[in-house]
Amino acid sequence: MNQGSSKSSTAPSQTATLSAVSLKALNKNFGDITAVSNLDLEIPQGEFFSMLGPSGSGKTTVLRIIAGFETATSGQVFLEGSDVTELAPFDRDVNTVFQDYALFPHMSIQLNVEYGLRARKIPKAERAKLASQAIESVKLTHLADRLPHQLSGGQRQRIALARALVLRPKVLLLDEPLGALDKQLREEMQVELKRIQREAGITFIFVTHDQEEAMRMSDRIAVFNHGKIEQIGTPREVYESPASSFVASFLGVSNLISGAAAKELFGSDQLVNVRPERIKLLKESSKVSEGEIGVKATITDVAYTGANTLYVLESDGGLRILATRLNEELPGQELGLEAGDRVLASFRKEHVAKIPN
Amino acid sequence: MSAIQKAPNRPLSTYLHKRPNTRLVALLALPMTWLVGVYIISLTLLLVTAFWFIDPFTSKVIPGFTLENFVNIFTVPAYFATSMRTLGIAIAVTVVCILFAIPLGIFMAKIARPWVRNLLAVAITLPLWAGYLVKLLAMRLTFTEEGLFNWLMAPFGISGPGFGIPVTILTLAYLWFPYMALPVFTAIRQLPLNLFDASADLGAKGWPTVFRMVLPLITPAIIAGSVFTFSLSLGDYLAARFVGGSTQMIGSIIASNINLNPPVAAAFSMVPIAFVVMYLMVARRTGSLERM
Repeated sequence: MNQGSSKSSTAPSQTATLSAVSLKALNKNFGDITAVSNLDLEIPQGEFFSMLGPSGSGKTTVLRIIAGFETATSGQVFLEGSDVTELAPFDRDVNTVFQDYALFPHMSIQLNVEYGLRARKIPKAERAKLASQAIESVKLTHLADRLPHQLSGGQRQRIALARALVLRPKVLLLDEPLGALDKQLREEMQVELKRIQREAGITFIFVTHDQEEAMRMSDRIAVFNHGKIEQIGTPREVYESPASSFVASFLGVSNLISGAAAKELFGSDQLVNVRPERIKLLKESSKVSEGEIGVKATITDVAYTGANTLYVLESDGGLRILATRLNEELPGQELGLEAGDRVLASFRKEHVAKIPN
Repeated sequence: MSAIQKAPNRPLSTYLHKRPNTRLVALLALPMTWLVGVYIISLTLLLVTAFWFIDPFTSKVIPGFTLENFVNIFTVPAYFATSMRTLGIAIAVTVVCILFAIPLGIFMAKIARPWVRNLLAVAITLPLWAGYLVKLLAMRLTFTEEGLFNWLMAPFGISGPGFGIPVTILTLAYLWFPYMALPVFTAIRQLPLNLFDASADLGAKGWPTVFRMVLPLITPAIIAGSVFTFSLSLGDYLAARFVGGSTQMIGSIIASNINLNPPVAAAFSMVPIAFVVMYLMVARRTGSLERM
């Protein structure tokens, strides 16, 4: 089972070339509403792939089409090279972890995990053994006889995961699985999920609207908007070189500059983005060094957020700029900038990301 | 801005507000009069009457104590057979109702468009709006010798069962179906849709999903519905009379003895009650009543 994400030389050559999931010209309409529009996507085996986007962007619909809960209006779905477009969910080698877990409320944890094995007609003893192992792998053996409603959200989440993974699917689909958990538990589960994915070597397709979560966990991220993928890339790629203004503003905080202001600063009116953490705040009288761009501005607002301080600036040209500085020093030993102060906001030229139109 | 003025003083409300016990009496006076005065006393009288007997010469009811009426239920073959037949019919009616209600409920709750669902909900409750005898007559017309059923089935060489136990079961199922269909539909509607997705996702097809997931989860609703279909069928006698041919049910015996021999009628009235109590005890053992 343990193919891992590293390229193993012992793996059969065909698995190296086949995508775990590939979608071809996928369309989905609900009445007049286009949920997914002419989508092509290849997800290699063993990848932790995230589909990120605001609600209604089509990411969950794509997941449900891969699982077989929805039928595509047109287009095809392939699992490891074979066309499963017409197959029912119970005939597909994929399993799903649902947003609200969808555990069967009348069955013990043990029976919940055995459900899929039972549907596959695995003998009783074998079934019990596999389920126990799966429950053990999520460290909940002591709760195997409980009913789902007796478990906490995080525990239910793990059971949902065990129930899906015990079937050793080719692909695991996760539909905002951490959305209902509080922040601390969510971060624990992120680490846990990543560990399980590495150990099982299964392709994970993870739907989320939380950009931080997507960046933290994924090998690659697809950013969805209006039923289309705006960009696919590693977390670094989508953050550093966003392919559209939507991607730039959906992932992290951005300073999108275009038109006359861009022309004045960069000599071209092409849309660019500068991340707030790349902007340094200097005394107004400072000189910018070679390879840097400086903008004279007034601070209009200062917000302390713990690790960082967010400064809202207004340049003399009327441009609104956000800058974040890491709070490396104790208060009082900092620059001591306040609203109303004049500063020189400077950033290096290579930190200006051009955004194609 | 000045405060909005308080409502004027009401002496009665003030009086009651200070005396919770008086308030309780006022609240419960009417329902308790009905429950104790009419309901419980009449049932007790019925039970007591079952131990009385009848003077063989004058045919007058004599208060006293005899178990003969109850013994007769078991020892007179016609009486015992009728009790068992009635039990069988009531069980069959309940099973037929369950078999119809589950697929219909799944369709209505999870598949049908809203307007189809509403239409079906009205269609299911429609029989409740029509009179009892109207429905009996409808079934009679359908299954009579020259009726709709025989006419429709004639080309296939099938002829109807004629008036008898099967048509009695169908008629009773038709009469009491709403009492099963509505709770079952409501229960299925409350099942989260993603439980169906999860079941399919884990590899279970239609039948296993119904048996392992839907059925256990809607058992309380089925029990609630079956209490109605079962007990109403046990007590019915008009269906047997109009579409049952020569079929006799417990109700038939009660009806024919109600004037002739009230103690026997009273003893027989205890039989359906005993069946229902036994049914509820079995249901309780399965733990389904706690979840109702």
